[in-house]
Amino acid sequence: MSEDHHMIPVWFFVGVILLFSGLIILATGIYEFSSPPPTVLASLHPALWWGALLTLIGGIYVYFYLPKKS
Amino acid sequence: MNLSLSIPVAMLWFATPGTGPAGQGLIALRWPDLLIVGFYFAMVLGIGIYLKRYTRSGEDFFLAGREMTAWVAGLSFLSANLGALELMGWAASAYQYGILATHWYWVGAIPAMLFLGIVMMPFYYISKTHSVPGYLQLRYGESTRALSAISFAFMTVLMSGINMYAMALVMKVVLGWNIHFSIWVSSITVAIYVALGGLFSAIFNEVLQFFLIWLGALLIPILGLVEAGGWSGLVQRIHQNLPQGDYTHLWRTMGHFADNPMGIHWTGIVMGLGWVISFGYWTTDFLVVQRVFAAKDIRAAKMAPIIGSFFKMAVPFIVILPGLLGLGLLNYTLVPEKVAAVTGQHSYNEVLPLMLARYCGPGLLGLGITALIAGFMSGMAGNVSAFATVWTYDLYRPFVRKGAADGHYLKMGRWCTILGVMISIGTAYVVMQFGSIMDYVQALFSIFIAPLFGTVLLGMLWKRVTPAAGFWGLLSGSASSIAMFLLVKFDHSMLAYIALSSQAKDMAENMYRALWSWLICVIVTVVVTAFTKPKPVEELAGLVYGCTELPSEGHLPLWKRPIFWAGVSLALFLVLQWIFW
Repeated sequence: MSEDHHMIPVWFFVGVILLFSGLIILATGIYEFSSPPPTVLASLHPALWWGALLTLIGGIYVYFYLPKKS
Repeated sequence: MNLSLSIPVAMLWFATPGTGPAGQGLIALRWPDLLIVGFYFAMVLGIGIYLKRYTRSGEDFFLAGREMTAWVAGLSFLSANLGALELMGWAASAYQYGILATHWYWVGAIPAMLFLGIVMMPFYYISKTHSVPGYLQLRYGESTRALSAISFAFMTVLMSGINMYAMALVMKVVLGWNIHFSIWVSSITVAIYVALGGLFSAIFNEVLQFFLIWLGALLIPILGLVEAGGWSGLVQRIHQNLPQGDYTHLWRTMGHFADNPMGIHWTGIVMGLGWVISFGYWTTDFLVVQRVFAAKDIRAAKMAPIIGSFFKMAVPFIVILPGLLGLGLLNYTLVPEKVAAVTGQHSYNEVLPLMLARYCGPGLLGLGITALIAGFMSGMAGNVSAFATVWTYDLYRPFVRKGAADGHYLKMGRWCTILGVMISIGTAYVVMQFGSIMDYVQALFSIFIAPLFGTVLLGMLWKRVTPAAGFWGLLSGSASSIAMFLLVKFDHSMLAYIALSSQAKDMAENMYRALWSWLICVIVTVVVTAFTKPKPVEELAGLVYGCTELPSEGHLPLWKRPIFWAGVSLALFLVLQWIFW
């Protein structure tokens, strides 16, 4: 996208917000081992693996669409 | 009001002043949640500031420079319709009506999206118009454009205000946030980022919203199905909880009005929803179509709605399934909003936040709430950017100040964005005082869509249609729709005549009203055409089928052709109907 304008692709911004949210959720998931939340199926540790998934997806987007100096 | 086009009926009750618990919300946010929400706000403002430098002309501001790829335009096209009230409202409808609510996502969207991509988009794109009223001006002349532009601009900005108010109430009920705080913070944020980056900003944020909504809501059906023991386990639980009705089949209860909880016949769903309302919305509502106008070339413009159709088919997974999970898994019953206001029980409309709170702890909750906020804000941004375009190009430029420099219209677009937000805020406060006007505005919005579809469709496919016929067809279709709405409003027994059954319920009214108003528009257009003079064929080049040379796609490999992917999407759609028949 935006070949004429040479702007940062929207996918980079998507990556940044997913990476940030993923890291926060991942950290929360680790903390929940010592203090599990009062939610249904908390024993499956959804915050841990969902946070890891978001971090991974966000990281991939940031890596591939990181603005490069020409 | 109708389908996924706007706020479902149930949400209106949610947004009725005085209802819902005051003070405490359903969900309490912790610091990880607030961090995620805060980061989202900083991000959208940052994107707006960043994109301002690329918004140097009217085409940049109003059409995002016409350089979006098919994927960006497609996701944005879908997201413009995937607001938070939409998600919460249809989850509530799924709790109330079962899987029947899925019709609004499948038969009420997929065929129309494919039709837009394959049949209509080439004409919109080749004509190089900037808006749907702009196409009407090229095809029929100024009077038809003015009629369409005024109704669209007026309704869009009012809808934006209603959405804003409904959002503030949802935030109050779900999170316990102050209504004024929600209205002002969200609208100032939207005003800043759209006024700075125009459609670029709106589209960027819609793509962000797309990811947030999917990743924020996807955990609910995944964990819900784990808890229920898969789809078959869920169906079994629903049958146990509700042995008297069929909540898990799409079509087999549609044979008679009395056989299904919606009180609607399959003809209403197929002809009213699947044909007129759906095609009218997805092919002529400029709020969504504007995203496709921003595509970089005709192939991208055709592919965008087709890409959107695949994701649209999947949306019930994150919207309808949580409602069904509520039916099967909650050990208490949700009630209508009016009852909840008296008894203090939870209402249908709270099913999505309730399921979110059931499975999501800190952090995940913040992501889910950010997804809802993103949905609200991008919906508002979509309304405001479409309003700014139609006002500037279809009302201000032709009727107030012709022939000014492009920079002047760009400046007008920016001011108009701020003005649109201010009018929306004003509308939100008016609605706060007079809640019942929401019903009227919602209905009026759908009132204009059905006849507009008749006018645009005939204009595109039939070269004989005359400018006078286009105008009178649109006017009579809209007028008849308003008349039918008022008739039922003041004498509810008239619904039996409009929906052709004494057992029809309110949901059927929208379907049949749309169908009749579309038919009236088409009949008047055909009759007036017979007695008036058509435009010369050479003036119809690029606007009408048969007068336009459409670019061939024969040189492309099969997997790059839009028609191939439209076929795949249609096949998938049919398979889904068969599975859930």
